[in-house]
Amino acid sequence: MFAYAPVMIVNAPYESTMGLVQKIFYFHVPAAMTMFAAAFVSGIASAMYLFRRQPEADRVALAAAELAALFGVIVLISGPLWARKAWGVWWDWDARLTSTLILWLIFQAYLLLRRYGGPGSDRLAAGVAVFGMFNVPFVYWSVEFWRTLHPKTTVVPSLQPGMREPFWFCVVAFLGLFVLMLAARTRLERRRAELEELYLAAESD
Amino acid sequence: MNQKNRVAIAFVVVIAVFTGALTFGGAAATASQQPPPSGTAQDDGFVPVKDLGDQEQLPAAPLVIGAYAIAWIAVLLYLWSIWRRLSRVESEIASISRRIEAGTRPGAHP
Repeated sequence: MFAYAPVMIVNAPYESTMGLVQKIFYFHVPAAMTMFAAAFVSGIASAMYLFRRQPEADRVALAAAELAALFGVIVLISGPLWARKAWGVWWDWDARLTSTLILWLIFQAYLLLRRYGGPGSDRLAAGVAVFGMFNVPFVYWSVEFWRTLHPKTTVVPSLQPGMREPFWFCVVAFLGLFVLMLAARTRLERRRAELEELYLAAESD
Repeated sequence: MNQKNRVAIAFVVVIAVFTGALTFGGAAATASQQPPPSGTAQDDGFVPVKDLGDQEQLPAAPLVIGAYAIAWIAVLLYLWSIWRRLSRVESEIASISRRIEAGTRPGAHP
């Protein structure tokens, strides 16, 4: 699906005011939606780890946090490339852009804690992920609360017919890619845990 | 009220009226002054983007290509990194499983 998406995007109509550069929309917005989904998954899994101490939940949380950071990179690079043409600037410190950057930094902090935090950092990082999850509605609704350069949330519901199909196709493709990468990354953490158990078993023999 | 006080009061009133007249009169004169008629857009240096020459308009194609390339490269790099790390872990699991079955301790050198 991800490979076929450019075919649909090429066949989509041009937007009347922005022309070709508007086609970044078909990757930028689905990447943002996937970043939000990853943040939610990480936050919920972290909450399960904090309150139920389920190791599998912690693995899912870590995998989802990495994917939130990955899709955040795609959003934060594709957005300024579009902004340079549409607004004349690479970046503006308006509410949507700034809050998205902060959300990305929150999950970078989670990953740094897991990597360098030492003993007990997994629970601290889980708290950071829960905090990041609660930031997502704030980021989404920021364009409604404040005057921003960024388009409002009414853009997607009001898409013209020729643009809806490629957009939703890309959304499904990105979310499907997220699920597959989440499964692969969680498997990696599961196998690492098994490796540690094998080492411990071998040491105790 | 003696003569001296009346003169002083009159003096203060005259000064106040004179100062007020200067202040409000000057403000009224400034506000009523019309700004000079604006010249053409080219006189101000402002030109709408659509009227710019082709060399000065920012091309969209490199930006679109760059955005899609970043998405593809990021996803493929991440998938490659997962594959590499998973391969390493699988090979370590296989190695230590063999050692456990053979009854030797990990890290022991022949």
